[in-house]
Amino acid sequence: MMSTNPFSALAENIPSVFIQGFVLFMLLLIFFGTVIQMIHHKNLTYFFRNAKKAKLSAEKKLGAGERAAIIAKTVVHDIATTAELGAGKRRVAHVLGMWGTILFWIASVVMIFCYTSIDVETPTLWPMMWHIGAIMTCIGGYWFWLFLRVDVLAEAHPWYRIIKADLFVLTLLACATTGLAWSYTQSLNLENRWDDKVFLILYIISNLALFGGVYWSKFAHMFYKPGAAIQKNLAEADGSRDNLPPLAEAPKQFGLGIKREQPKHY
Amino acid sequence: MSTFVYMTRCDGCGHCVDICPSDIMHIDENIRRAVNIEPNFCWECYSCVKACPNHAIDVRGYADFAPMGHSVRVRREEEKGTISWKIKFRNGTTKDFVSPITTKPWGEFIPKLAEADKPNQEEINSQRLYTEPEGLNIDGELPAVPKDSFKKGVYY
Repeated sequence: MMSTNPFSALAENIPSVFIQGFVLFMLLLIFFGTVIQMIHHKNLTYFFRNAKKAKLSAEKKLGAGERAAIIAKTVVHDIATTAELGAGKRRVAHVLGMWGTILFWIASVVMIFCYTSIDVETPTLWPMMWHIGAIMTCIGGYWFWLFLRVDVLAEAHPWYRIIKADLFVLTLLACATTGLAWSYTQSLNLENRWDDKVFLILYIISNLALFGGVYWSKFAHMFYKPGAAIQKNLAEADGSRDNLPPLAEAPKQFGLGIKREQPKHY
Repeated sequence: MSTFVYMTRCDGCGHCVDICPSDIMHIDENIRRAVNIEPNFCWECYSCVKACPNHAIDVRGYADFAPMGHSVRVRREEEKGTISWKIKFRNGTTKDFVSPITTKPWGEFIPKLAEADKPNQEEINSQRLYTEPEGLNIDGELPAVPKDSFKKGVYY
């Protein structure tokens, strides 16, 4: 199962151009969902207004090289490892889910566009990447959903309480789970039984919900959060710091303060 | 005045929900970010502002002076044991302050007064408080104001 491209078997029944068209349609949905959300929520306006304010209260002007270095450091350290979540379970779960999803999506696009012709054999790397990505997404996502979600951990709501903010994580989990189930049932060679077709339909529906729900869900946080992290680090470097005080040069007698505790004292 | 949340900085960790003494910091159901659900009940204790690991919470000034550009922001660094404040006045003057975190873990460091030595008259008359100066973990003596320098009529 892990080394089989599930899309090449699908391409035996459905022309690959339809599968590729579906992917392009999903990309269009992401684009329009994000743009409409940007117009409605005025996120970009906020970002630019904030950047202008920061420029006015900057204590020093950053050169192009300095800015590039800060942006590169932010990408490697803050964005790639979700540094804003601090050291803890939430960060591990997010990193698993984030990198799992990236691997899952990259492998999907490569396998659909390059390896769905009958005469082309898929290198093992891509199906492996697709399956490992989906498994990582499931581990990180279900861990977050069942135990680490702030509603459950800090607000003491039961894990099965579903709100609008769950649209993104639930549809993403549905995609990864039904994708894996579809690949597994396909690998069983059930001779045209219904199982894999059901999971394929569920996989398509979850993709439509995930990418079609960009406007209503938290999908676009994957574009805004990196932007916010870059802005935050640039503001730290130019001295504007969003009006925050500088890092303290603590006198030696101050010592270790009280340790932050996990928020679960409801 | 009441607290509000910068959505780009909040990651919905729940520290403010946990610490708010008025129970008015909650998690928004649409975007899973912190939100002050009842600004009228906020007494500006700054607990959530200090607890937020991402500095995502700020306190809004009254409408008559907030647009004039003042700002009061705080940064808590527990590994250094410091609370830093930056006060920005309307005329652009800024002041930075650094104070130690004096909060102790819950249930610990409760003074056992019954077991302590009885203070003598000199200690009672001194300006030092119980466990000072050793309890403050500082080197040397505390600064003291000589009583004869007080203004006449001020009671101490």
